[in-house]
Amino acid sequence: MSFTTDQNGYYGNYGGAYIPEMLHQNIQQLQNNYEKIIKMSSFQEAYRKLLNDYAGRPSPLYFATRLSDKYGCKIYLKREDLNHTGSHKINNTLGQILVAKQMGKKRIIAETGAGQHGVATATVCALMDLECVVYMGALDVKRQAPNVARMKMLGAKVITANSGSQTLKDATNEAIRDWINNPEDTYYLIGSVVGPHPYPDMVAHFQSIISEELQQQLIKKEGIKNPHRILACIGGGSNAAGIYYHYLKNKKVQLIAAEAAGKGIDSGESAATSILGRDGIIHGSKTLLMQTSDGQITEPYSISAGLDYPGIGPMHAHLIKEKRLDVYPITDIEALEAAMELTSLEGIIPALESAHALGILPKLEIEKDEIIVISLSGRGDKDMEAYQKYFKYAKKHPHEDLEKSFLFVP
Amino acid sequence: MKSITDILKSRNLLSIYLTAGFPTVERTIEILTEIEDYGVDFVELGMPFSDPLADGETIQQSSVTAIRNGMTLANYFEVLKIVRERTDLPIVYMGYLNQIMQYGAEAFCKKCNELDIQNLIIPDLPIEVYEKEYKQLYKKYGLLMSFLITPTTPEERIRKIEALTTGFIYVVSSSSITGKKRKITKKQQRHYEKIRAMNLSKPTMIGFGIYDKETYEFACRYANGAIIGSEFIRYVAKENAAQFLTSLKS
Ligand SMILES: Cc1ncc(COP(=O)(O)O)c(C=O)c1O
Repeated sequence: MSFTTDQNGYYGNYGGAYIPEMLHQNIQQLQNNYEKIIKMSSFQEAYRKLLNDYAGRPSPLYFATRLSDKYGCKIYLKREDLNHTGSHKINNTLGQILVAKQMGKKRIIAETGAGQHGVATATVCALMDLECVVYMGALDVKRQAPNVARMKMLGAKVITANSGSQTLKDATNEAIRDWINNPEDTYYLIGSVVGPHPYPDMVAHFQSIISEELQQQLIKKEGIKNPHRILACIGGGSNAAGIYYHYLKNKKVQLIAAEAAGKGIDSGESAATSILGRDGIIHGSKTLLMQTSDGQITEPYSISAGLDYPGIGPMHAHLIKEKRLDVYPITDIEALEAAMELTSLEGIIPALESAHALGILPKLEIEKDEIIVISLSGRGDKDMEAYQKYFKYAKKHPHEDLEKSFLFVP
Repeated sequence: MKSITDILKSRNLLSIYLTAGFPTVERTIEILTEIEDYGVDFVELGMPFSDPLADGETIQQSSVTAIRNGMTLANYFEVLKIVRERTDLPIVYMGYLNQIMQYGAEAFCKKCNELDIQNLIIPDLPIEVYEKEYKQLYKKYGLLMSFLITPTTPEERIRKIEALTTGFIYVVSSSSITGKKRKITKKQQRHYEKIRAMNLSKPTMIGFGIYDKETYEFACRYANGAIIGSEFIRYVAKENAAQFLTSLKS
C-alpha cells in the first residue's frame, strides 16, 4: 500500500486537482516544477539553512516527566511550539517561499485560520521582500486578534472573509478567488495538506522534517527509532502529516489523530470530519467532507480556529480509509482541560489546536513503558483570551459534568 | 424541443445565467417561462453551491438566498419539470461537481436527459477527469459538455478543449471570477481576436464580465454570442430584469 501520491496527485481515491480552468496554468506550472525545485541542491541548502538558523530547528524532543508520571508511560513532546513564529507552520512557509521565488512570483497570498499560517507567511514574505496578502475569516480575525496584529506589523495586508461561517473554509475560498483574479504574478502559499495537487504532497514534504528529526532524537534518547504511538491534531492535517511522514509505512507505530468535536459530535456544532464527513470535493481536492445530503458544504464549528474546517487533507482521508490512522473526536472542553493539565504539569501553554492532541491521552488504554510522542504543534499565546474565559467559567462551575459545561461560550 | 446544437449555429446569441431559486423559486419559474420573449436564446440555470470558487459576490449571494429558499438538486429538477410544460427554451445545467457526485453521476444524467437538459457546464470538472471518468456516461445520456477557456489557456490546450467540446466553448473574457464590471480593455480585445483567429470548429460563447449592450455587442463580433450572469441577477434583484434585457437588444 502506498501513502504517497500517484502521478495525478491521488492518495488512493483521494486528492487530485478539481480546479476551474482559470487555475489550470498556475497549478500545472507548480505540478511540473515543484519536485524539480525541491530536489535542487541550491534549494536544499537554502531551505535547511533557514530551518536551522532562522526557524531554530531541530525543535526539541522533550521528555515530559510529570505528564508521563500521570499517565504511567513515557510521553515525549515534539516542540514545534518553540519554532520561530510559534508553530510548525514555518516549516512549510520557508519551503514554499523558496519555491515561489524560484518560479519568479512577486506576490504571495495565503489563507489562515488560527493566524499561525498567516503569521508564518507574513514572516517569510518580510524576509524575502515579497508582497503578502492574507485572507482570514471575520470570526477568526476576532478570536485570534494577536496574530492579526503580528501579520500587520510584518507588513501583510489582512483581508477579512465575510462569507459562510467566516472561518478557515471561507478564507480559503477567498484566497482561491484572488488567485483566479491574479494569475500572472501571484503564488498561493497554502498552509496545510489541503487543496489541489500538488499542494498536499508538497506541504507534507516540507513538514516531514518533523518526523525526520523525531527518528534521530528518539534513537539518541531511547535507543530506538519507533515510538509506540504518535498523536497529533488535524485541521487540514499538516502537523500530523509531518510527524507521521517517516512512519507511514511502519505499521508498528500507531498513528492517532485528534479532530475537533466542538460541542460534541451530535451537537450540530463540530468539525469532526472523519465521523461526520462523506467523500466530496472541497478546495480542489477529493476528500472526506462535512456536507448536507445535497452536497452543500456544512459550516463547521470548533473553539480552535485552526481545526475549524469541514474537510481534511486527502492523505488523511486515505489513511483513515486504509485503517492506518485512528481518529479521536475531542470536544472544546476536553481540549481546554488538556491545555490546563499540560500547563500545570509541565509549564507549557499549548495552542488550542495542539491541546486537542493532548486531549487524546485520557482516552487511551496505555501500557506501562509505552512511548508516546505528541505533536505540540504550537504555543498558546494567541489563545489567552479563550483560556482566561474558561478558567473564570471553570471556577464558577467546579462540579459540573462535561456535558453541562457546554454552556461555556468561548 | 429546440436543439441547442441548432441554436449554436447562429450568431449574436444571447444567453442568460440565473441561479435556480433566486430570488424565489416561483420567480425562477416565471423568468424561465417568459425570458424567450425578450430575445434570450438559451439559459444557463445555475444549481446554487455553498462554496462556488469561480464566482464573485453577486452569484455567491444569490446562491445563499437560493439555498435558503430550499433549492436542492431534487428541487432543481422539479422546477424544470414545471418549466418544461410551459416552454421549450433550451436550458444548460451549470453547477459544481460535488453536488453531482452526491446525487450520483448516473442518476443525475438520467434526470437531465428526462428533462431535456442538453448541455452541462461544470466549472470544477477539469478535462482530464472528464475524459477518464465522465465522458462515456455523458455520451450515453446524450449530454453535451461545454468547457471554459481563459486568457491564460495556451493554444495547445485550447485545441484539446476544442476536440473534447460537444456543446460550446465558453470563452472567459478576462482572468477573473464572475461579476467584475470593467470597460473593454485592449488586452481583452487581443484575447477575443486570438480566439477568433483560431477558427475553432466548435461554437463559442463569451462570458464573465458582460454587463451591457456595449460589452454584449462587442463580444458578439468575436463569438457566436455572449452570456450575461451577475448583471442579470443584479437586475432581477432590483426587479427590472425585463427592462435590462430590452436594453440589450434595443
Ligand atoms: C498550532 C496549530 N496546530 C495545528 C493547526 C492545524 O493545522 P494542521 O492540521 O494543518 O496542522 C494549526 C492551524 O492553524 C495551528 O495553528
